[in-house]
Amino acid sequence: MSEFKALDGTGAVAEAMRQINPDVVAAYPITPQTAVVQTFSEFVADGLVDTEFITVESEHSAMSACVGASAAGARVMTATSSAGLAFMWEILYVAASNRLPIVMTNVNRALSAPINIHCDHSDSMGARDAGWIHLFCENAQEAYDTLIQAVRIAEHPDLFLPVMVLFDGFITSHAEERVELFDEADVKAFVGEYKPRQSLLDLANPVTYGPLDFTDYYFEHKRQQVEAMRHAPKVILEVAEEFAKKFGKKYGLFETYRLDDAEVAIVVPSSTAGTTRPVVDKLRAEGLKVGLLKPRVFRPFPAKEMTDALRHVKVVGVMDRSVSFGAMDNTGPLFLELAAAMKIHGTASPIVDFVFGLGGRDIMPTQIEGVFRDLLQIAKTGQVKELVTYLGVRE
Amino acid sequence: MAKGWKDLPIGGMILEAGNSADYNTGAWRAFRPVRDVNLCTNCMFCWVFCPDSSIRVKDDKMVGFDLFHCKGCGICANICPVKCIEMQEESKFGGVAEEKDEPGLKGGAK
Repeated sequence: MSEFKALDGTGAVAEAMRQINPDVVAAYPITPQTAVVQTFSEFVADGLVDTEFITVESEHSAMSACVGASAAGARVMTATSSAGLAFMWEILYVAASNRLPIVMTNVNRALSAPINIHCDHSDSMGARDAGWIHLFCENAQEAYDTLIQAVRIAEHPDLFLPVMVLFDGFITSHAEERVELFDEADVKAFVGEYKPRQSLLDLANPVTYGPLDFTDYYFEHKRQQVEAMRHAPKVILEVAEEFAKKFGKKYGLFETYRLDDAEVAIVVPSSTAGTTRPVVDKLRAEGLKVGLLKPRVFRPFPAKEMTDALRHVKVVGVMDRSVSFGAMDNTGPLFLELAAAMKIHGTASPIVDFVFGLGGRDIMPTQIEGVFRDLLQIAKTGQVKELVTYLGVRE
Repeated sequence: MAKGWKDLPIGGMILEAGNSADYNTGAWRAFRPVRDVNLCTNCMFCWVFCPDSSIRVKDDKMVGFDLFHCKGCGICANICPVKCIEMQEESKFGGVAEEKDEPGLKGGAK
């Protein structure tokens, strides 16, 4: 029997971890992720899980311990945010390159400096080329559902790739919601038992993980990572389909809302998609054809699928909660990726970027309405005045 | 020919022990050791000092170099008390990995 609880995002994720019962969790506290591992450590102390909980002195060590435990054949999870993710940087690549299916919650938070504990996406966006799968979640329920799916995605034999589950710091991590927790036996049956590829502890079949890899083999191993990423969309959709059959909730590579006949659309992931939906309804009630595309899978980037979903749209507005300093016109990473995708996959519709919410700056429905009206204006005139707008910054 | 990406274990994992023997470190070589057999006294200094165990010995005699593994560091030539080993430019051997002792190198290495 599933049950409903009042939980914030961190609590929902900790409950998912309790039900998954991983072999090893190695973590270091950092706001706003702290409540994830703090709550989980209580489950460990109360004997509700069998997990070996490793307290470490830094995030670099946390991810290093995860790498070692995963190579030893354990099902491994951790959680971090912001500077914690940045401090893991080196080992993020080691985890992905050694093909270790570690599942990590990253509660999105701005990077220093100036120091800031609130939400933006600069932490995970900076790690976008590290070889991890990135899954954005809109709310606590999605975070719970996605963590459960992430285990199956990461451990799929065609992938063996680490997965980051992403949701917005404080907005999602610390706001209480009504969250449906599934029957624990059902969750355990869904994730199944982890079958490691080759365990370091399998003494009958000794192997070496992480050897020196020079000019003669390194490139081949990178090519293998590319191949795994190529398989990832299919695996993500298969796992989502099985999840829908078992738990009745549908997930895809992205979600659309009133997009089918939309003339203009906003593309925005995570909690801001939730803020955008009622704005779409309001403008639709005025007879304006506006719609929403909410990316879920950012890595691998579903370029063709997203372009196909937006093909009929006259103007696309991307909302980026981070900025790629020095990139084309100082836009954001989501814009850059989608603009390239639309060019490659053959749509000539204008696409513009709205960088918003850096350092947790609130994004209000009125501002999103303003974005839609800007997009409608571009649709009407065919003129793009500004490729990028920094929405909500004081001039 | 080394295997392509489809045939290699993923993640750089090594499944067999002792596979460093299969690693052709000889491909790194810029200078090749060539021995003057007439001068060599089989003192085995080269065998002791070679960091890559690339001195081949049979019946207590130095019989040549393992050019699959020799990186051409030149320690053997440097340590040889009779200077019977000369480091010669690898390019002049045209990629031929077969070693060749030369009776009567011109006075050995300087």
